[in-house]
Amino acid sequence: MTTNDFFQVALYLVVLLLLVKPMGQYMALVFAETPNRVTRWGAPVERLLYRLSGIRAEDDMSWRRYAMTMLLFNVAGLLAVYVLQRVQQWLPLNPQHLGAITPDSAMNTAISFVTNTNWQGYAGESSMSYLTQMLGMAVQNFLSAATGIAVLIAVIRGFVRRSSLSIGNFWVDMTRSTIYILLPLSFVMALLLVSQGVVQNFKAYVDVPLTQPIVATEVVKDTQGYTLKDAAGHDVTRDTPVRVQTLPMGPAASQIAIKHLGTNGGGFFNANSAHPYENPTPLSNFIEMLAILLIPGGLCITFGCMVGDRRQGWAILCTMLLIFVPLTFAAVMAEQAGNPVLHGLSIDQQASALQAGGNMEGKETRFGIAASGLFAAVTTAASCGAVNAMHDSLTPLGGLVPMWLMQLGEVIFGGVGSGLYGMLAFAVVAVFIAGLMVGRTPEYLGKKIEAHEMKMASLAVLLPCALVVICTAIAVLVPAGVAGIGNPGVHGFSEVLYAVSSASNNNGSAFGGLSANTPFWNTLLGVCMFFARFPLAIAMLAMAGSLAAKRHVPPSAGTLPTHTPLFVILLACVVIVVGALTFLPALALGPIAEYLMSGH
Amino acid sequence: MTTPTHAVRGFDRELILKAVADSFRKLSPRLQFRNPVMFVVFVCSVLTTLLWIQAIVGHGEAPASFIFWVSIWLWFTLLFANFAEALAEGRGKAQAAALRSSRKNVMAKKLAGPDRSAAITFAESSDLRSGDYVLVEANELLPGDGEVVVGAASVDESAITGESAPVIRESGGDRSAVTGGTRVLSDWLVVRITSNPGESFLDRMIAMVEGAARRKTPNEIALTILLAKFTLIFLLACATLLPYSIYSVQAAGKGNPITLTVLVALLVCLIPTTIGALLSAIGIAGMDRMIRANVIATSGRAVEAAGDVDVLLLDKTGTITLGNRQAVAFMPAPGVEEVRLADAAQLASLADETPEGRSVVVLAKERFNLRERQLQEGQAQFVPFTAQTRMSGVDIGERRIRKGALDAVERYLESVGSHLPPLVKRMAEDVARRGATPLIVVEGSVALGVIELKDIVKGGIRERFAEMRRMGIKTVMITGDNPLTAAAIAAEAGVDDFLAEATPEAKLKLIRSIQAENRLVAMCGDGTNDAPALAQADVAVAMNTGTQAAKEAGNMVDLDSNPTKLIEVVEIGKQMLITRGALTTFSISNDIAKYFAIIPAAFATTYPALNALNVMRLATPQSAILSAVIFNALIIIFLIPLALKGVKYRALGAGALLRRNLLVYGLGGIAVPFIGIKLIDLLLVLCGLA
Repeated sequence: MTTNDFFQVALYLVVLLLLVKPMGQYMALVFAETPNRVTRWGAPVERLLYRLSGIRAEDDMSWRRYAMTMLLFNVAGLLAVYVLQRVQQWLPLNPQHLGAITPDSAMNTAISFVTNTNWQGYAGESSMSYLTQMLGMAVQNFLSAATGIAVLIAVIRGFVRRSSLSIGNFWVDMTRSTIYILLPLSFVMALLLVSQGVVQNFKAYVDVPLTQPIVATEVVKDTQGYTLKDAAGHDVTRDTPVRVQTLPMGPAASQIAIKHLGTNGGGFFNANSAHPYENPTPLSNFIEMLAILLIPGGLCITFGCMVGDRRQGWAILCTMLLIFVPLTFAAVMAEQAGNPVLHGLSIDQQASALQAGGNMEGKETRFGIAASGLFAAVTTAASCGAVNAMHDSLTPLGGLVPMWLMQLGEVIFGGVGSGLYGMLAFAVVAVFIAGLMVGRTPEYLGKKIEAHEMKMASLAVLLPCALVVICTAIAVLVPAGVAGIGNPGVHGFSEVLYAVSSASNNNGSAFGGLSANTPFWNTLLGVCMFFARFPLAIAMLAMAGSLAAKRHVPPSAGTLPTHTPLFVILLACVVIVVGALTFLPALALGPIAEYLMSGH
Repeated sequence: MTTPTHAVRGFDRELILKAVADSFRKLSPRLQFRNPVMFVVFVCSVLTTLLWIQAIVGHGEAPASFIFWVSIWLWFTLLFANFAEALAEGRGKAQAAALRSSRKNVMAKKLAGPDRSAAITFAESSDLRSGDYVLVEANELLPGDGEVVVGAASVDESAITGESAPVIRESGGDRSAVTGGTRVLSDWLVVRITSNPGESFLDRMIAMVEGAARRKTPNEIALTILLAKFTLIFLLACATLLPYSIYSVQAAGKGNPITLTVLVALLVCLIPTTIGALLSAIGIAGMDRMIRANVIATSGRAVEAAGDVDVLLLDKTGTITLGNRQAVAFMPAPGVEEVRLADAAQLASLADETPEGRSVVVLAKERFNLRERQLQEGQAQFVPFTAQTRMSGVDIGERRIRKGALDAVERYLESVGSHLPPLVKRMAEDVARRGATPLIVVEGSVALGVIELKDIVKGGIRERFAEMRRMGIKTVMITGDNPLTAAAIAAEAGVDDFLAEATPEAKLKLIRSIQAENRLVAMCGDGTNDAPALAQADVAVAMNTGTQAAKEAGNMVDLDSNPTKLIEVVEIGKQMLITRGALTTFSISNDIAKYFAIIPAAFATTYPALNALNVMRLATPQSAILSAVIFNALIIIFLIPLALKGVKYRALGAGALLRRNLLVYGLGGIAVPFIGIKLIDLLLVLCGLA
């Protein structure tokens, strides 16, 4: 790891930490129960919106009603995005005259965007019209992020409220998340991105003649999307001379802003944040990385403010950093160390004034090792899934980091809202074990943790783990699953494991190498995404409902303090132990075996 | 603490042998199904046994001997778990048997009414119903629980309490409750039966110690859910390993897929068998510790609640202070010699049989060697304490000695035409201000001086309260004294707060106000007037000497009738939770080493490079897997004493306690299996089993 790498990571962490506190305090004001300087300012807008949509803002919902409203609203969104993709050929703002999306791909994409996963089996510029991108993808980017925040706020209310039957109003939480947080931030960020060269227009794609024609070799696929094989079992390929390059256009900046802020990660273009029109400069790259962790980090502080003890928020944030920082450095170090296979071949992998050194395969030269390694860690710590480098080309250990960050349940920052409520499920488990060890019925934030809370927290922790291991098993057993694997051997297993981990934790980043736009993969990953998102959210809302109904137990010297470094370490250990113990065998057959076999 | 005669201590041979037999009996699937973790082990044991039979027949997936040893040790894992439970139950059962022997069916003299002279009919004790009256005479067993309505007698209650000294039971007051199975030694009692057959105190006690009435406590249920979750995660992780392995073999083009035997071994090693095996033993042992502390809890829930107590209400007398106030100093009036005051005070107290009066006599003897004098009958006229005069004393010839409270003496002196010197009055007021009680001694019309009576705080009680404070428990002293006296004693004893001039209503109100802040209250009491407060408190320990009403209202009965026991009860409650938490942490931490043992072994044929993870350098894949399985089984045996004795509780703040237990059971749990598995592997190599 070079000094330059170190400073780039350190600078990112410092700026992030400077921003999370004001961001978190601002969001706490947005969701405060009493009117304040923030909500007073937006009150007329809120009132107008409520009147137009017939919402009674003062109506508090029970957890069941809150969960049902959330679910129905998201299913409605899912159907809208599906239909939009199926009929886009008849709708305006389609200068490239792109046709309808296949049913399985459209359903996969609809689930993907509604669940804040933003897994993309499709390539944006060659399949989605501008209208679909704006009305389908971008709108769901906002709504799925707002849903995550709303559910989190309801869960926090479970801890805050005493002997209460309600946990807030879903519509109000959605509205406030959108108009106070997501919209203003996206607006500012879109302007910043445009200033860096991100496109924002409705033009048709532009054809540019290449100064130097190239020959493209591509594999031939059948109608189902499977690679055709010849008699000898090799892939059938086709050579095409290329003289013209088509530059895609579109309203990209507005969608990319929320893609990062809402930890969505679904790129406007297929190459995602590696595309020069989506992430043109190191500065835009820095802004995009900051935007990913800004709200998830800030929400920790919001949590502390809302429960009336800021230290609780910092403790959760510290826990996340305790896992995130070492893993980030590990990823950057692994990439900077380069490829051991090339060591004997007199290839210079050392960093110098003239080259970044390390493993530059699959990375953009304008970002280099540190900004790519850091981006990979940030995007998988948060459930963003935007990528600025090819994760398939990361070194075994460099690839292990993003994969494991997802498998930890997307609770190290995680998705906006969903990451923190997932972390709270882990906190409940940690508090339970620690509470027993100090000889008291475990309490968290003054609420007793009993069988019902344990059941819901266990469900929330178990569900993503179960989806990953089961669906990976299905994928490697079924020929249709194995057919999508691009690389042979141990790396092929990593590709499958990564894809399923990504979908089952609502991350959405792709390792690459896996041909996932097939009916099998679209269906399997669609199921993963749906069941990772909604049952988990409902379990947490159920927990919030039972917590809200409980009385508050005042702390004493015998109460386990949950803001101390000791608790931070314990919580980190619980997250790591559950993650490690569940996935170690699978990881051993993937990246760990690959690492050990590649000459280490 | 007295030791009950029926208490079973330690592990004697007979108990262990019985537990061994029971551990085989407990292998029935119906019993195993109740514990999700151990049920998985049960299924795995059956599966490996079938695999072994298959291997003998000749189509085995691995060498028959290897499957045999894995299978044997899986069965051992189950047996060890059963053994732990059987051992914990065994002690309870032995105690129950001892108790049951005292529940003989006796012939009772049933009376037609609450009168000794009422008509007597003979009835089996098992036919007595609540509300019946019985006559019990010397050397007869009480046929059931009840309340004395007429008479007084000495009763041998050793069958229940283990205390051999007889106790007095009489009608009225706080000593009217009698327990079935105890024996009247002298005199007779007319008792109103208060319990129906099968519901008596003895029945409840037997049910409790036998574990028949044991239901899972809320914490135990929550922990079982957590353990089930871990079991499910590992079950999925292991089950899906087979497809991964099949794919990897295809992808790598070499090796064999993981065998079922190895998968099962991995699964059993990973699921939290240690805590799963010991969970019920911990609960039973917790109840058992209560019983050995001579406290009978009506439910495990009550024991657990004791660990959560925030506020302890303690009676001053008997708990914080030694019995009653005692004379500690003579303070003569100006011009009076101290010895004269002491002499007069002793004379005035000779006939005073109250503890306070006795203490005056004792103090005079200690200070001036004044012997108790036998005063001639007729020569001395004792003046007893009355509510009107509020003084007592003696008239010896012309000497008229009186002692009493300040205002009473002032009035008396005025009535004889004298007055209390201002200096003596100030002395008395000073004593009162210190929290002690002044008694003024007067001879004739002259005030001789002041006797200082003081509550003596029990030795070591201050440290006990400091411990409580560190545990986060607030102590409140309850006393009938005035606030000034109460404050002084509270300060001396180091309690956090006090309730002075306490009435039953004030106690109840205090408990309710603490509970309104959502804090848990524990208290102990004996009298009928304590019953409402006992019923209201979250943890209520009734004294065995107390009334039936108090015993019914409480959720624990202290057979020793020692109010300080409350502190022990809290500690036992906490200890039970800590033991569960510590063993859970230990169990999960163990998994790390087991992974390092089994993963390289399981995939050695497919990816030999994974052998780099074999950090313990275990001899062969088979010995690695077998070592992990054996370690997993043996650790249960090693931890049985800890589960039964409980993790030692230290009165520390929650943070310090957590740090300590995490270091010991978390870090220890990571390190121990690395050493253990390596040692077992070395042994296996020595035995040629590797």
